[in-house]
Amino acid sequence: MSKRPIRILVAKPGLDGHDRGARILARCFRDAGHEVVYTGCHQTPEQIAAAALQEDVDCVGLSCLSGAHKHLFPKVVQLLREQDAGDIVVIGGGIIPKQDFPVLYDAGIKEIFTPGTPLPEIVDWINEHVVPGREL
Amino acid sequence: MDIVEKVGNGDVRAVARLIRSVEDRIPQAREAMKELYPLTGNAFIIGLTGAPGSGKSTLTDSLIAAFRKQGKGVGVLAVDPTSPFSGGAILGDRVRMQRHAEDPGVYIRSLATRGALGGLCAAVDDAVHILDAMGKEVIIVETVGTGQSEVDIMNNAHSVALVLTPGMGDEVQTMKAGIMEIADLFVINKSDLPGGQKLYQELLRVLQMTENYQSGWQPPVLMVQNIADPRAFAEKVEGLRDAFWEHRAILISKDLLKEREKRKLSVQFHNSLKETLLDPIIEDLTRSGRLDASLERMLAKEADPYTLAEELAGEYLRK
Amino acid sequence: MYFAKELLEKCSSLRKKWEDQVKKILSRQGERKERFSTVSDHDIKRLYSPEDIKDLDFEKDIGFPSQFPYTRGLHPTGYRGRFWTYRMFSGMGTARDTNQRWHMLLQNGQTGLSTAFDFPTLMGLDTDSPKALGECGRCGVAIDTLEDFLLLVDRIPLGEVTTSMTINPPATVLWAMYCAAAEKKGVALDQIGGTIQNDMLKEFIAQKTFMCPPEPSVKLISDTIEFGARSVPRWNTVSISGYHIREAGSTAVQELAFTLRDGMEYVEDVVRRKGLHPDEFAPRLSFFFNAHIDFFEEICKMRAARKIWARVMRDRYKAKEERSWWMRFHTQTAGCSLTAQQPYNNVIRTATEALSAVLGGTQSLHTNSLDEVWCLPTDHAVQIALRTQQIIAEETGVANTIDPLAGSYFVEQLTREMEEGAWEYIERIDDMGGMLAAIDQGFPQMEIADAAYRFQTQIDSGEKVMVGVNKYVTEEAEECPLLDIDEAVEQGQLKRLAETKRKRNDRSVRTSLDDLRRACKKGENVMPVCIEAVKNLCTVQEICDVYREVYGLYQDPGLF
Repeated sequence: MSKRPIRILVAKPGLDGHDRGARILARCFRDAGHEVVYTGCHQTPEQIAAAALQEDVDCVGLSCLSGAHKHLFPKVVQLLREQDAGDIVVIGGGIIPKQDFPVLYDAGIKEIFTPGTPLPEIVDWINEHVVPGREL
Repeated sequence: MDIVEKVGNGDVRAVARLIRSVEDRIPQAREAMKELYPLTGNAFIIGLTGAPGSGKSTLTDSLIAAFRKQGKGVGVLAVDPTSPFSGGAILGDRVRMQRHAEDPGVYIRSLATRGALGGLCAAVDDAVHILDAMGKEVIIVETVGTGQSEVDIMNNAHSVALVLTPGMGDEVQTMKAGIMEIADLFVINKSDLPGGQKLYQELLRVLQMTENYQSGWQPPVLMVQNIADPRAFAEKVEGLRDAFWEHRAILISKDLLKEREKRKLSVQFHNSLKETLLDPIIEDLTRSGRLDASLERMLAKEADPYTLAEELAGEYLRK
Repeated sequence: MYFAKELLEKCSSLRKKWEDQVKKILSRQGERKERFSTVSDHDIKRLYSPEDIKDLDFEKDIGFPSQFPYTRGLHPTGYRGRFWTYRMFSGMGTARDTNQRWHMLLQNGQTGLSTAFDFPTLMGLDTDSPKALGECGRCGVAIDTLEDFLLLVDRIPLGEVTTSMTINPPATVLWAMYCAAAEKKGVALDQIGGTIQNDMLKEFIAQKTFMCPPEPSVKLISDTIEFGARSVPRWNTVSISGYHIREAGSTAVQELAFTLRDGMEYVEDVVRRKGLHPDEFAPRLSFFFNAHIDFFEEICKMRAARKIWARVMRDRYKAKEERSWWMRFHTQTAGCSLTAQQPYNNVIRTATEALSAVLGGTQSLHTNSLDEVWCLPTDHAVQIALRTQQIIAEETGVANTIDPLAGSYFVEQLTREMEEGAWEYIERIDDMGGMLAAIDQGFPQMEIADAAYRFQTQIDSGEKVMVGVNKYVTEEAEECPLLDIDEAVEQGQLKRLAETKRKRNDRSVRTSLDDLRRACKKGENVMPVCIEAVKNLCTVQEICDVYREVYGLYQDPGLF
């Protein structure tokens, strides 16, 4: 049996539409051999959690550039946990000041990537921390 | 509760996991599929096919709404191509359907072709069964839209709609031999674009020439336009939904549904049989190095592929 | 361009000599890299000489300022008469907070206002919408009703200062508020001046702040253009924007081409839908470009932009008035060129970008603040950014003469390459059936995504350099003070909104919204009813909900 591909949901919660980073990441994950479910902009945490569940993804990558990450990111983690899907790895990126990191880590965001992070660094992190597929 | 029971109860997490396991070809998944099979056979399976850019996902989105309006539970399988270079894929069809994400009556799953020949991924058959077993009354399968998948989808669906867009008028003639014949319904999307009328006329002409298409069913051609007016668009798509139901009614009344099911099963059984027989052989040959050795021999003209295949098949069958 | 035969001959022989010298050097030691290109990956040669531009036509390609095709600028005296407008984009927190920042900027010598709205407002939502939770006042000012707007323009002389508002899907609503506010302050509509961005096509292409589908979105824009032409003659009803296209990762040529093709789409729609002649509205179309980090490429892009637009308006749309041929544009330095790492370097980036905008002949300019990559700028950072413009204007002497770079072999040749590249795109989009059709096919979106991805891989490989990001990286983080938007802002705004909703007349609210719905369905111009609706304290969201109901919602095609 060949290696199971990692499935990643790339989503933009909140109201900002700056999807340059999210789109670049989606391509980059595809080129790294992952299956990327892309849900586009303006997603509510509820929509994101529902999509993550239906798609059986291993990882959710959130991108937010509007400054509302402190509210939106933890909400996604909370919703996943409520639906028995706390094992899905949630990571975040965008314009996120250092001072907000502790709040996000405490809320269960596993890693935060800020502007200027090289793509290979993100891919390496995922390959190291995300396990594709769960036991049936 | 075991996974099949959970699927039968419509548990989203269980359904998602089982589809994933089927895709990833986890051995236990096959066991689950065996157990799940009796639960299937209730859903109305629709295929949506057409070239990339013809607006299939937007139509699917509106079809979901149209079926939901009738209170039907809807499952969607949206297939996107796997990159031949990396093995990865971007599954972007879902973007256009996200307004249904939170509706518990709707389950949407994106699938990558994963190198399956024909574009339609190997796991679609099983995924359809799973959605059927979870109780979805209507299952929409949206294809990649290129190549062989157009034909393959017929094996997975009861009713197939081919989505066309204006500007393909001249191509309809040449298409007639292939995908034209598999469609039960034709949708001209964006029909208000230049060339919409021409495509419509051309399509009617070709369909008239296609004799004895199917007893009692003349494939309708639906024009869908004016996406700028959401209500008008929704109404058009409701018309499409009704056409699907009509087709289903005809299939049932003429006892054709059973025939289609049989055809669907035949292909599936074929594949399953091949897989069961062939996969272990290929695996064994690969692992033992005999596959490569055989190829070398054929390259050196020491053996021919026909005899070699016969010999190996005989050997494994005896085992 | 005319060069005497003798000169070209001389040039050719000197060139041969130089080329030999180059060869000799190269045989010993290569250049810094194999290939030299702009930040947009546009090839740049080792040297430009008279031979490059010998077939340019002086009159048709370069000419004089204020003369067709305006390559050298619109105004006969350039910046000698008057500098460009210092227009700093600002808005944060509540209307009152932003009003304070505005007064601070005016006291510091700013000459025009520019409004940043928060995301709920930008998306046509109220602060009390569940979708708006956590967003209030973060990226701009929160406006729900006319009452907020009146606070925003408190003590601002609307008859004197011009105000730009970066607002797109709900542009009709915010502009209606401005009109209503002016009326309340006793300023006539033909006295107010300013700009609404109101450019939806670039939203579908790049910035993705969209609400209704493209076709009705363009209809609403045509409504504003028509209303402006008839009743608010000093207002720029659309700011056709390349800025966001560039920020999404496009090349300079793509920015140029898509922006101009968007503009053409608007012109065509107004002519077709409203039956206006281009001369009745074209003078009020304005543009908005990005000043990115590649100095010459940006200058040439702006020179080419004026030239193409003049030709399009005169030859394609048969505009007769010179003002219709003018491309007037605002510029903002490139947000995407700033780095979170070593943020003080951003001051230098912004300064060179601002300089390119000035040499490109911009009408107004926003300079980014050094901390904007992290959050809304602090007062101090904004002041440095404003001072950057003032130093360029009043110390460097670059504004002493008009278009000082004209005639440079390189600049003229690159201007031509920008122009030709843009025309190629424009013609491709024409062939697709226009910008709406191209957007439907995902063409501009995909072109930009490809360019953005290419740039990112060039950064990752080190082929392109961003100082502090992939070269000259320092270990210890360099911090700068950040502006924090207090959580209390949202609570306060929610309270204000609830208060307004309680005290307003519900029946006139309903009547207004019904009138608007009727106007939408009949295809009438929505502006007059929209102004009535905001006066009756309908909220931004209530009005936009009518649009959403009648016109539907746009879904991103999600193409890759």
